[in-house]
Amino acid sequence: MEHVVNPLVKKPSMLRSQSETIGFVIMTAAFVIAPFLTYPLFLMQAMCFALFACAFNLLIGYVGLLSFGHALYFGWASYLSAYSAKTWGFSPELAILTGTATAAVCGLVAGSLAIRRQGIYFAMITLALAQMMFFFALQAKFTGGEDGIQAVPRGALFGLIDLRNEMAMYAVVLIIFLGGFTFIYRIIHSPFGEVLKAIRENEARAISLGYKTDRYKLVAFVLSATLAGLAGATKAIVLQLASLTDVNWPMSGEVVLMTLVGGLGTIFGPVVGAFAILVMQFKLAPIGEWVLVIQGAIFVTCVLLFRRGVIGEIANRLHIRL
Amino acid sequence: MRKTLGLAALAAVLACGPANAQQVNVKIGVLSDMSSLYADIGGPGSVAAAKMAIADFTKDNPNVKVEMIVGDHQNKPDIGSQIANQWYDVDKVDMIIDVPNSGVALAVSQVANQKNKVFIVSGAAASDLTGPKCNANTIHWTYDTWMLANGTGTAIVKTGGGTWFFLTSDYAFGHALERDTIAAVERAGGKVLGKVRHPLNTNDFSSFLLQAQSSKAKVIGLANAGGDTINSIKQAAEFGIVKGGQSLAGLLVFASDVAALGLPTAQGLVLTETWYWDMNDTNRAWTKRWQQERQGKWPTMIHAGVYAGVLHYLKTAVALKGNVGDGKAVVAQMKSMPTDDPLFGKGAIRPDGRKIHPAYLLEVKKPEESKHPGDFYKIRATIPADEAFRPLKEGSCPLVSG
Amino acid sequence: MFEIFGIPSAALFGQLLIGLINGSFYALLSLGLAVIFGMLNIINFSHGAQYMMGAFTAYLILQYSGLGYWPALIIAPIIVGFTGIIVERVFLQRLYKLDHLYGLLLTFGLALIFEGVARNYFGSAGLPYTVPESLRGGQNLGFMFLPNYRAWVIAASLVICIGTWFVIERTRLGAYLRAATENPTLVRAFGINVPRMITLTYGFGVALAAFAGVMAAPIYNVSPQMGSELIIVVFAVVVIGGMGSILGAIVTGFGLGVIEGLTKVFFPEASNTVIFVIMAIVLLVRPAGLFGRRA
Repeated sequence: MEHVVNPLVKKPSMLRSQSETIGFVIMTAAFVIAPFLTYPLFLMQAMCFALFACAFNLLIGYVGLLSFGHALYFGWASYLSAYSAKTWGFSPELAILTGTATAAVCGLVAGSLAIRRQGIYFAMITLALAQMMFFFALQAKFTGGEDGIQAVPRGALFGLIDLRNEMAMYAVVLIIFLGGFTFIYRIIHSPFGEVLKAIRENEARAISLGYKTDRYKLVAFVLSATLAGLAGATKAIVLQLASLTDVNWPMSGEVVLMTLVGGLGTIFGPVVGAFAILVMQFKLAPIGEWVLVIQGAIFVTCVLLFRRGVIGEIANRLHIRL
Repeated sequence: MRKTLGLAALAAVLACGPANAQQVNVKIGVLSDMSSLYADIGGPGSVAAAKMAIADFTKDNPNVKVEMIVGDHQNKPDIGSQIANQWYDVDKVDMIIDVPNSGVALAVSQVANQKNKVFIVSGAAASDLTGPKCNANTIHWTYDTWMLANGTGTAIVKTGGGTWFFLTSDYAFGHALERDTIAAVERAGGKVLGKVRHPLNTNDFSSFLLQAQSSKAKVIGLANAGGDTINSIKQAAEFGIVKGGQSLAGLLVFASDVAALGLPTAQGLVLTETWYWDMNDTNRAWTKRWQQERQGKWPTMIHAGVYAGVLHYLKTAVALKGNVGDGKAVVAQMKSMPTDDPLFGKGAIRPDGRKIHPAYLLEVKKPEESKHPGDFYKIRATIPADEAFRPLKEGSCPLVSG
Repeated sequence: MFEIFGIPSAALFGQLLIGLINGSFYALLSLGLAVIFGMLNIINFSHGAQYMMGAFTAYLILQYSGLGYWPALIIAPIIVGFTGIIVERVFLQRLYKLDHLYGLLLTFGLALIFEGVARNYFGSAGLPYTVPESLRGGQNLGFMFLPNYRAWVIAASLVICIGTWFVIERTRLGAYLRAATENPTLVRAFGINVPRMITLTYGFGVALAAFAGVMAAPIYNVSPQMGSELIIVVFAVVVIGGMGSILGAIVTGFGLGVIEGLTKVFFPEASNTVIFVIMAIVLLVRPAGLFGRRA
């Protein structure tokens, strides 16, 4: 990975952490005001994808592992969340928990296989495993095949708050998103996160320093899968459906695109990227035929010209960390 | 003299104007797959069909103003549901039409019900839309899986294809198609000799085809869709299955698929559709107009369904004097009025939302029988409207029992 | 006539033979990937799209110049290979100094563009392409009916695979190639134009994909998504074989084709997951792949 040399390394670390705090405050404020200005359902969906991208970014941005199969965790979590809410009558918080736990288990199994190889192989293995699970989802009875699981009840949170109310649902999604986001932020800035970054920079050196890097990588993988699952499980409750789209490989590609556009290895990048791609998907509806081509072109442009992504580029210009 | 005539005409317009020419404003959303798998069977062709319906209707009814918007659900139920929500809530769309892909259609049907708006399905196949998952805001226009299975199954047995072998796509859709066809075949006195399940998106069908071949069944039923159907037909031709005396029955095949295969490969394939462009002069004239927007393409029954659906909706809107806010009332009115349009003729919409019209058992022509481009089929049988679709009582639609 | 696990042996031999056909495509595609990976150190994600382009080019050649299957088998790989050379010159060569993952991302983007453009101009249903006159019909082998075209596919891909292996492992040109992979600076010091060699290698790998595409056109659906569906399986094949050797790619390709063919007889529902399951097992036992060298 190409890395930005941070020009502020020598300055007091106060300023660095401040730019992130300010960013966080602005983002939170924006999300609190936003539902009054634009369509809440869209925002909720976008927040789910933003959390998904942040979870993915934990792996690529801070451990240097490119997973091309994150749809597996997102999609299977949304299936289990939808199924448990609809068929077993779980309350929304339990349904989301069920979905998230499913993703964690999938992450543990897939992760322990995938971390045996590095780099490109890692990407191909994650992709292949995800595709295998896509076929399982397709053939399994409970997923409803092409029809998906429809008409999932939103239910009442803790049996008290009726989530059919759009604003109540919005508040729940916002809390989940901010919770997940803060959790990732804490991971990155913890001693554990520092080891991850060391692995990204030079795995051989980390090993020689006595770190069992495989174990670190596996934990990071499971965390990333779990958070991706949290996003998927929440989305199933918000949109009241779970479908094959979320487990299929183009979804894995989309989350890579979101993160790449926003900025790999930046905290806010994936959020911005997720919103940018979703807005594009909805606004470009009149020229729908070209969506695929435009997505491809963005990929190519980002790789060739803007490897830092939007947020990475801004951070670099302003000499701050975001 | 001319002046007086003009004045008289003006007076006439003024006299009867307010009585029956009340201003009617409606907004229609065409939600389809514009860019991926189903873009050929629906997509831009559906948009063209909707435009034609609006143009034809407003020409005779200048007091009706129709706005149309177009959306691409990209085959993703979440995007479809998202667009439907936003259209009904923010863009004030009164009716959504088309929506190929059953998953998306079921999602949109649910949204239409929640928001009490209108949804006319043309593109999706799931018979559940008028079965267990029916609702008072949804009308299913063109075709469904039950009708395809029943039409093809029954009609082929009646025309001499008594023994069957199934190639079934191994997921819910394929299973449903297979189940319904087997029921139809056995009801008509046919026999099922065997079946094999293949995974979705299989490239190589040769091992399945060999099994089908050795079963000696007269008919090989293809309970699959899209690329799988095309691959199995292509490879069946390669293995000389049709030449060997067996025939292929496509359970979900569209005119665009036949075009993709070409007649040399597809000849002898038997399938069911509810509309075929080359069936009569009206259809041919319509197709000619449609092709002005879609050069080199052939319209499918889905496109015809979009045209007819929009027309019937607009007639209803006029009948209701433009009060289209209450979706359930509009759908109830649509069901109570008999349908009549140039493409499907006279028909009706049942209480469960099922539109009723005849279906046709078609056989793909040999290349030497085809007289002109797009001359794909000969009609082997016509299935009358009252037999073509699932009987009302068997659908277990809550609207009917309750 | 005897039976194995309740399946008549005739059917079994038939399936084995058919498995080899599937394997032919896996082998051709994973060979192309291995050749490109060897020289450029990138995974060519657009390989599937380039396979699709091969089939589409064959269709276009038939439409616009009336040239049939045989000329297309030569012309289409050249045309598509040439587009590959352009891709390498314009895009890929800017990425060699960066992490290899960027190469993967870039080619993924290119794959989307190729597929999207194909969809816009040709729709998604597919295009007609028939088996050439000279290969219609088939042979009755006693235990099965083998279409002539299938026999040709197996023979042709074996010849191409073995030819490629021979050139790379047994000739002077191949020696340069292998040396340039190990140590480009040294090879350059011998007066060999390494960048041009890289470009041509990429072009050749892409041409192999296009060749497979033309071979597929008469029997598989010629549609924009034909490549993206196949390429993920080929990735699994590559992981199983390991990218260490050309021979490894070929043997794994054919071998997995046969295994997949057998699965279709014994347990058809699992036939498109079996390769992924094998991949998982191989990763547990030999993480570097069957023929791979430990990195």
